[in-house]
Formats: sequence, structure tokens, C-alpha cells
Amino acid sequence: MTRLTRFTRTTAFKLSLLYIAVFTLLSGFLLIYISENTDRLMSEQVVQTIDAELKGLSDIYVRGGVRDLVETIDRRTRHPDASLYLLVDFAGNALVGNIARLPTTVLEEADGGIRRVHYTRLGQDSPDTQRQAMVRTFELRGGFRLLVGRDLGDQLTFSHLLGNALRLWLIVVVAMGAMTWLFVSQRVMKRIDEITDTSRTIMTGDLTGRLPIAGNDDEFDRLAVSLNTMLDRIELLMRSMKDVTDNIAHDLKTPLTRLQTRVETALRQAEGQSCYKEALEETLSETDHLLRIFNALLRIARIESMAPGEVMERTDINNLINEVSELYEPLVEDEGGVLETHVCDGLEAVCQKDLVFQGLVNLIENALKYGRPMDGEFRIRISAEEREGRTVLSVSDTGPGIPEKDQDRVKDRFVRLDESRSEPGTGLGLSLVKAVARLHGGELQLTNGDPGLVARIDLTRAKPGSSGSSNGHGGKSDGAEPKPE
Amino acid sequence: MLQILVIEDDHEAANYLAKGLSELGHRADKADDGETGLQMALDRDYDILIVDRMLPKRDGLAVIEELRKSGNHTPVLILSALGQVDDRVTGLKAGGDDYLPKPYAFTELQARVEALARRPKSASQVETTYTVGDLTLDRMAHSCRRGDMEIPLQPREFRLLEYLMQHAGQVVTRTMLLENVWEYHFDPQTNVIDVHISRLRGKIDKGFDVPLLHTIRGAGYTIRDTAH
Repeated sequence: MTRLTRFTRTTAFKLSLLYIAVFTLLSGFLLIYISENTDRLMSEQVVQTIDAELKGLSDIYVRGGVRDLVETIDRRTRHPDASLYLLVDFAGNALVGNIARLPTTVLEEADGGIRRVHYTRLGQDSPDTQRQAMVRTFELRGGFRLLVGRDLGDQLTFSHLLGNALRLWLIVVVAMGAMTWLFVSQRVMKRIDEITDTSRTIMTGDLTGRLPIAGNDDEFDRLAVSLNTMLDRIELLMRSMKDVTDNIAHDLKTPLTRLQTRVETALRQAEGQSCYKEALEETLSETDHLLRIFNALLRIARIESMAPGEVMERTDINNLINEVSELYEPLVEDEGGVLETHVCDGLEAVCQKDLVFQGLVNLIENALKYGRPMDGEFRIRISAEEREGRTVLSVSDTGPGIPEKDQDRVKDRFVRLDESRSEPGTGLGLSLVKAVARLHGGELQLTNGDPGLVARIDLTRAKPGSSGSSNGHGGKSDGAEPKPE
Repeated sequence: MLQILVIEDDHEAANYLAKGLSELGHRADKADDGETGLQMALDRDYDILIVDRMLPKRDGLAVIEELRKSGNHTPVLILSALGQVDDRVTGLKAGGDDYLPKPYAFTELQARVEALARRPKSASQVETTYTVGDLTLDRMAHSCRRGDMEIPLQPREFRLLEYLMQHAGQVVTRTMLLENVWEYHFDPQTNVIDVHISRLRGKIDKGFDVPLLHTIRGAGYTIRDTAH
């Protein structure tokens, strides 16, 4: 594509062209309208003047005869801005007047009609100067013919002026349009070229590229900002996918290798049925563990890809917390701890309650595993409160907490801080809680309390007074096609 | 003995299921696509249908819907690799009675099949009193007695015992308890259910000669009177 066609194909070019056309048409129409109207108005005035003079002169003729008429005309022609007069006798000889030459037919057709004629003025013009005038001929009694007219010089100058203005106007409009187009297209093309270049870089695989932002908050900036946000999200997803793949490779390889070794050892060394049985049972528990990891991974992936609002319903948070605490209280007691709950009255949230329940379960189980203090009271506290328009659920313990540098890392998949891996688990518990919080438009926050760890997730608070669920259970499932397995 | 129809297109999985079920003394027929499965389910009188969700010719859910439309109310256990909450809801809405995500332990399947077979066919058949040995649970009065001793139970303990006694003699798995007693679909990493069971055991078995609540290793729990 040549540079010219690239230019002419731009929206800026087409728009400029359209604007020029519309503007020219409109202003042309306006000028023509003005000139037509002025012309008509001036002609009417001329006709009125002529008629008045004719009437006056014929009155003079009636009262004073031809001598008075000749005198009056003679006097009037001496004025600098005089009308045109010509008085002829029945033979066509001029008696008085200020017209040197005139088409002869005008005098013969004394029907009182108004005419536009070319003439030469007496005394002022050279014989070949042609002027335009409006004239009227009037037949007097006695065979005399009187012609009165007005010169059209002023009127013609005015139309000339308008014509010139129109031409000048056209040139200015076209020039301005072209300039605007050049300016806009240069600027716009530059921005678009920048965006195209950046997206090409990104397409080649460099996800760190971002669109330039000029900072003047125009439409291109807005476009660039939202595209950049999208790129951030894509980069994050790509990176987390890479991390997940690496993690899976690493964390699944370990149990698979263990499984293989165990089976090989059993095949080589085991004697008797009980040995085989034992080996098989161990293998089974290892595959159970693997399946558990897979299920947890799938579940997290599923939650992350869910659209917010999907299967969400209005949930009584107090009730949810009471049920989770009732479920875990005996276990915590058996472990030598105390499970406390702290809730405010009438707290509700729009959420997917099974997932929020699972999130709380994961946090409590984490507190049970890692939140035991070296000495002192082992206490796990579940609380819910309203904070800045969000419903905030938190689970805190009295354990050693998590070092600040690890507080973000520990939310990633497969990250376990106890390198010995003495506690059973998949290292996916907090990742799931994080995904659940994100699904509800919130975040999982880990902070060190005094003492122990405080884990917080925030959910959309249900608007007081609004009834029913925002998107009930049935809403999505109704008539939904079964998904492929 | 139960007459069971397994509608599953994966031959290996179907054979494994049928073999396992016949070892338990049930009779299992196999159908390897939705169309055949639906025909067989309509022609013969089965006690339980085990239906895979993804089937050739006719989708598992479509089979169940068609079956229900024609007035057939044979209990259906849906098997599916889609184990998420909303898939489960879709499955149960279509007319399934229980939902088991793949992969599953055979003991879990066995427990669910037996629970489905025992399910009362209509509301009028629901018993108001359950009895196992000398343990009685009165659902109307919300009371529990063992011998002539009144046993006070927390509401949740009552629900737990009620579910166990409703399936007396059958194995009830931990997942079944979570789904039916706590009514949340979640996956605990700890032995949280065991603790509740041991508390309940402390109330109904402690101090009595014959224990009624038994742990079945690798499967779950059962309540039964071993004295008879």
C-alpha cells in the first residue's frame, strides 16, 4: 500500500472531505440566498424611484407643457447622481436628456414596461462605454415620449463583491479543511502506528510491552489504558500458567517417583501375600493423594475461570460461620485448642456459599496444622464484620505467623513453608482460598497478628432490604446443556 | 440382591463396575450408549441405574430426563468427571438422585448404591421412628433412647444419627455424611467427621455392652446391631 492510499483510506481523510463538502455547500447556499434577495430588493427600489419620477414629470407636463418639462429635466440632469432622462418628440428627435446612445427599440415600445438596457451616458463617457440601466418609457400627450431610468452600477458592483466573497470563502474553507485533515491524520496516524508497533512486539511473544500513554486523557489514552490492563491480566495469567506447569511437573513428579519405587521394591523383594497387600495399600493411598492434588488443581482452575456472579446467592454469613464452627469445634478441642467465633448481627453477603465454606474450612485446617503456638493458649478465632462496604471474614490463630517476605508467596500453588512436609496436604489450600476471594471481587490478605496469623477474605455485602438472590442457583443451571466431560 | 443397570461407554470402567457389583451379590447389566440404556431401563424393572454423563447417541442427562418424563422413577446415580458444585446441581435437577464424581473409590459407589436402593419410594413410607438394637430415635419427638436411658443430643448429632439409622446396616461414607448431614459440598483435608462420629459414639455406645456404631476401615461408618 502506498503512502498516499494509506492516507486517503484513513477516517480522518474521509471525514475532512465530508466536512469540506458540507461546509462549502451550506455557505454557498447562504451567499446565493443573500445576493438574490439583495438584488430583488434593490430592483424594487429602482422601479419605485422610476415610477415616482415618471409620475412627477408627467404632472409637470400636464400643468406646464413641454417647456416646463424640458426645464425640469435639464435641471435634474445637472445633479451628480442624477437618474437617466430622455425626452423625444414624435419624430424621435431628442429634446433633452443625459443619454447619448440607447437601443432605439426602447423608445418605440412605450407600453410602460420596465426594461434592462445597455446605454452610454451623455457628456461623461467615451462613446464605446456601456452601462446598464433599468428604464421605463412613457408616452405623453402630443407625441412626446419620456424615458426615465436608473443606472445599475451600484447593484452590479455589489453582486460582484458577493461573487468574489464566495470564491474567496471556498478557497479558505478548502485550505482550512486540508490543514485540519493533515494535522489530525498526522497525529492520529502516529498514535495508531505506535499502538500497531507495540502490539506487533507483543504478538511476537514479548508480553512485557505496553502501549504508550500520552497523558492527555483523550480517546486513544483511554483505549491504551484499557488495552494495557488487559495485557497486565494476560501477562499475569500466562505467568501463573507457567508457574503452575512448573509446579505440577515438580510436585507431581515426587509422589509419582515414590509410587514407582514402591511398586518396584514390592515386585523385587516382597514375599507372601501380606507384603503385596501392604504395598498395594500404600500405592492406593499414594494415588489417592495424587488424585486429591489433581482435583484441587482442577477446582482452583475452575473457580478462576468462573464468571463472577455465577451461582451466587444471598447468604447469611452468621449462619455460615456458626455451621463451620460447629463442624470444627470438636476437632479443635481434641487438638487442645479453642475455637471462637465473633460475628455481627444481620451480616449478609452475595456469595457462592459452598466455596466460601470451603475457604473457611481451608483456613481453619491451616490454623490447626500451622497455627499452634510453642507455648501458651492455642486459640483459633473466626470472625466476620462489615468494613468499607464489604463483608470481611477472618480466621486468626495464636501461632508463629508467616514471615512477611513469604506472605504473598504462600498463596501460590504448591508453596509450603514447612520444607519437611511433615503435615499432610497438597500446598493448594491457600491458592483455593485466594481464588474464592477473587471470584467474589475480593482478596485474600495475610497479616501477622499479635501473635499469630490473620487471614482475611472480603466478599460483596448484600444490600440491606433487597430481597432474593442476585443470581440464584437455578439461574444458570436451567436448561443448560451438559458440558463435555 | 439388586438389579442394576450400568450405562457407561467406557468398557473397562463398565466391566470393573459390573464385576464389583456382582461380587457383592447384585446383578448388573451393561449398556454402552444412551439409546440402548434408555431402552433397557424402560423395558426391564431395575432397582438402580448407574448413568455416566457423557454417552454416545444420547447424553446421560437426556436419558434421565426422558426416563422421568415417561413416569419411570428408578433411582439414578450419576457418574461424572465433572465434579463441580454447579454440575452436580444440573445433574440432580435433571432427575438424578445422587451424583458421584470420577474418579471414585468403589466403596463409595457401593455405599451410595445401597443407600439409593433403600430410599423410601414415597413420603408415606418415611418412618417416624428408627430402631437399631435397643437404640431408638423418635423423629417426631426429637428424642433418642438407648434401653431405658434418655440420650440428650445436639441438633447436628441428631441429624447425624438420623442419617446413620436411616441407612442402618449399610456403609455410609464420610462424603455422604458431609453432603447429607452438613449440606455443604466441600472437601476437608482432616478427620473432622471422625471427631463428630466419636463424640456421637461417646453418647450412644459408651457404657453399653454392645457397640452399635462401627467404623469400616477405608470406607466409612455403619450402625448395626451385631448381637443379632
